Amino acid sequence: MNNRLSIRLAVIMLVIPCSLLVAFTHYPAIQALINSFWNNSSSRRPSRFSGIENYQALMEDDRLAQILINSTIYALGTIPLAIGLSIGMALLVNSRLPGTTLMRLSFFMPTMLPMIAVANIWLFFYAPGIGLASQILEVFGMPSINFLGRTDTALASMMFVAVWKEAGLFMIFYLAALQSVPTNLKDAAKLEGASALRVFWDVVMPLLRPTTIFVAVNALINAFRLVDHVIVMTEGGPNNSSALLLYYIYEVTFRQRDFAYGATLTVLMVGLLGLLAIVQYWVLNRKAHYQ
Amino acid sequence: MTRLKSYATLLGATALTLTGVASVSAADLEFYFPVGVNAPAVETIQALTDEWAAANPQHTVKAVYAGNYEETTTKALTAANAGQPPQVAVLLSIDLFTLIEEDVILPISDIANSEEDKEWISGFYPAFMSDAQFEGKTYAIPFQRSTPVYYYNKDAFREAGLDPEAPPKTWDEMIEVGKALTVKDDNGNVTRWGTRIPTLGLGGAWLFGGLVVSKGDVLTTETGIEARMDTPATLASLEFLLRLAQEEVMAPGGITWGDTPKAFLEGQTASMWTSTGNLAFIEENAEFDWGVGFLPGGDGPGAPIGGGNFYVFQDTTEEEREAALDFIKFMTSPDSAAKWSIATGYVAPRPDTWETPEMKAYAERLPQALVALDQLAYAEREFATFQRAKVTQYLVDAIESVVTGNAEPAEALSKAQEGADKVLGDYQ
Amino acid sequence: MNRGLNRILLSTMGVVFAALWALPFIYSVWTAFHDEKYSANFQLGAPWTFENFIEAWQSAPFSLYFANTMILITIVLVANLILCTLVAYAFVRYKFRWAGFLFALIMVQLLISPEILIVENYLTLSRVGLTDTIIGIALPYLTSAFGIFLLRQTFLTVPKSLDEAAQIEGAGAWRVLWNVYVPLAWPVYLAYSLVSISFHWNNFLWPLIVTNSPEVRPLTVGLSVFATVDSGVEWSLVNAATLMTTAPLIIAFIIFQRQFVANFMRAGIK
Repeated sequence: MNNRLSIRLAVIMLVIPCSLLVAFTHYPAIQALINSFWNNSSSRRPSRFSGIENYQALMEDDRLAQILINSTIYALGTIPLAIGLSIGMALLVNSRLPGTTLMRLSFFMPTMLPMIAVANIWLFFYAPGIGLASQILEVFGMPSINFLGRTDTALASMMFVAVWKEAGLFMIFYLAALQSVPTNLKDAAKLEGASALRVFWDVVMPLLRPTTIFVAVNALINAFRLVDHVIVMTEGGPNNSSALLLYYIYEVTFRQRDFAYGATLTVLMVGLLGLLAIVQYWVLNRKAHYQ
Repeated sequence: MTRLKSYATLLGATALTLTGVASVSAADLEFYFPVGVNAPAVETIQALTDEWAAANPQHTVKAVYAGNYEETTTKALTAANAGQPPQVAVLLSIDLFTLIEEDVILPISDIANSEEDKEWISGFYPAFMSDAQFEGKTYAIPFQRSTPVYYYNKDAFREAGLDPEAPPKTWDEMIEVGKALTVKDDNGNVTRWGTRIPTLGLGGAWLFGGLVVSKGDVLTTETGIEARMDTPATLASLEFLLRLAQEEVMAPGGITWGDTPKAFLEGQTASMWTSTGNLAFIEENAEFDWGVGFLPGGDGPGAPIGGGNFYVFQDTTEEEREAALDFIKFMTSPDSAAKWSIATGYVAPRPDTWETPEMKAYAERLPQALVALDQLAYAEREFATFQRAKVTQYLVDAIESVVTGNAEPAEALSKAQEGADKVLGDYQ
Repeated sequence: MNRGLNRILLSTMGVVFAALWALPFIYSVWTAFHDEKYSANFQLGAPWTFENFIEAWQSAPFSLYFANTMILITIVLVANLILCTLVAYAFVRYKFRWAGFLFALIMVQLLISPEILIVENYLTLSRVGLTDTIIGIALPYLTSAFGIFLLRQTFLTVPKSLDEAAQIEGAGAWRVLWNVYVPLAWPVYLAYSLVSISFHWNNFLWPLIVTNSPEVRPLTVGLSVFATVDSGVEWSLVNAATLMTTAPLIIAFIIFQRQFVANFMRAGIK
């Protein structure tokens, strides 16, 4: 089936759709790189080529250093937690125990809500002295916790919100994977006297690996892409303890109106994601060789 | 779209002229404003806008609620950069320098230049005009103006054996009174704090300005290029905030702006510092006897002036500017300003408003409303410079890092000063 | 016996965990249906009310926001389905130079999604004068790498013999696509549509940046504008608005629960 692509077909099938994609993916990435070498001009400051000044500012930016640390903790914390919880949820829902319909509803519901709605719900839940979290703590005779007002709890609180929203979606993927595990495999293992835990670890887990990779990649992208809750709940505070990289790009560019530094931060973000992609590709390839 | 709109306007205007209705040239105004949902503020703005439109049938006006202050400024700037600015907007007074630098607003004194107009401009409280003017020009007209005040729960005062008619006047008194007001349960957990001063974000920085003023200093000047973040007054102010937590008068850690009125209404704090613009909200929802006092001060009374002003955007036609000016005059007229002030608690920006029968009746019914006005005599401009959002962030970071226990006051302030000077260095 | 006990124990634990998991949401629902004074004081006997919903609905043009979201997701979905089909079809059915390179280039969007490029995309949009329009919100999302990937994978499974048979009958490129490929990919289209709808119903940051006026605000931005206030927050109202704006998705989910889950699974696992 070596159909030849005529020019007319190529224009309709490839050039039009792909130019849209290039215009909002590749073009802006390159444009960001160019703009990062210019200053942030305004009526009082003429536009000029500034060389690597923006990158020097980047190196000296204390806030950015803090934010990169936050972003790392955020990614490293939310991804394993979301994966672990979603596997647990999938096992529960898949167990044919009574109450699974209810469980599935509860686990999956947050996934349907927009992050902005989730943020509102949790903002209220966390509100010290007012929200349900405080009311529950009070019942147990404990002092209320200022979850979003303390530098040592704000980021963790945001991470939990993200996990709450994401785990249900990942559960669905695991559910699909679990349902495709051949029962005879499990039965065979059981016949050999393996415990339920052993069966899970030795038989089921390896079969879940592709799902885990898929889910992990998704979670990683979301960890960088989704900052709606930061905007609504903390605006990155207190003392930048809950600020993430994309939030910072938003703040610098649209609130502080420093488009040049915003572009520089975009270059950093794209670079980081590219690096992660390479690492990921390399890790997966190596794994593939061993198998 | 815009062209279509102007055709429509043209048609409308022609129709009006033809039918013999006296018609000044027509304009379609878009008006951005930032206020909360809880107070009947949105309704009041809408009602006043409709009233103006009804009185000026040749014009139209669309009021757009664009979110909180910062979000509304962001929206107005992005719209202006895209060449579709609102004609009029109420934006933070402290965004004056940003708006000038972005070159999107028009000095109102350029449009309002008749003798009558000049007299009108001089009729506003000078305190509110101080941050509406720059380099000899008046860029903005005060409207949604406020100072923070000290709200306190009189029932809680009585319960603690304090005089409910004598709110604390100094920092020391505030701590002393606060200790008496703080209540703990059997487990040793605080169920009611003595006071609550929001310390996070822009709201926190605004109130911090009040602390500094009461120590006889200012954070900023009218030049827009000066940030006085590292001074004895700022140091004393930050240390005072820390002391409130150390003496268990105020909850430790960062305190949010938005939850504060709710915490006060719920009795979780016996007093709070927040904008006088919350007056109507508190009046409507408080189920206890409450009073309002000056902000307790370090060396004497002191408060920051805050809130929003009317701005007119550059990218507008002659007709739109005229209409915008007329709209602003209407909104700040004694009758409108009285309605606005009564519905919210914002300080009416002109003395003549306070002379109206409605305002007099209001002040009699709710004497708390006069406190912010009286406090104006001790109030100074809010922190504002060029690159306001960026420079304020240094101040916000300093305050937040100290109240959350991550930095020492002196060290945090000198770091903030360094950052601010670096940004403002470009403008010297 | 022991097994049965284990099952009951496990089931109870599961239900308790699920209940805890849903707690923030349940409390939000509870608050939305009660007077503001109960929002910080849970009382079982507090009277129920629908007032908050009425007040929230009247305080902001939510019907307009709903309409905007509908228009937005329709534009994106229709464009996605058509454009991704075309690209996937071209990659599966035709051989052309640089095909591998082009495909890799497209897949870059999976990693670097339009949200990450808000700075420059905003500048692009403002240069072409499309800020503050619904089409402007939709523009960066019209061609989706994820959609192309999914459909390409599906089209690859279409037996060549079917394609060839159709050609022998004289069917041209379009007819083959319409009669052979599209019908076989039906479940994937459905699944992808669900993903696309829920993504764009929920998307926030980009619409926040490019919209100014209520005429184009989608629900998420409308909700955030409604809920971010400079004076005190009335939680019962905010919760009512939050539920109101998400209700259609939640109800749809409860009704189509099984199909939904099944389709999501089909979309994800390849």
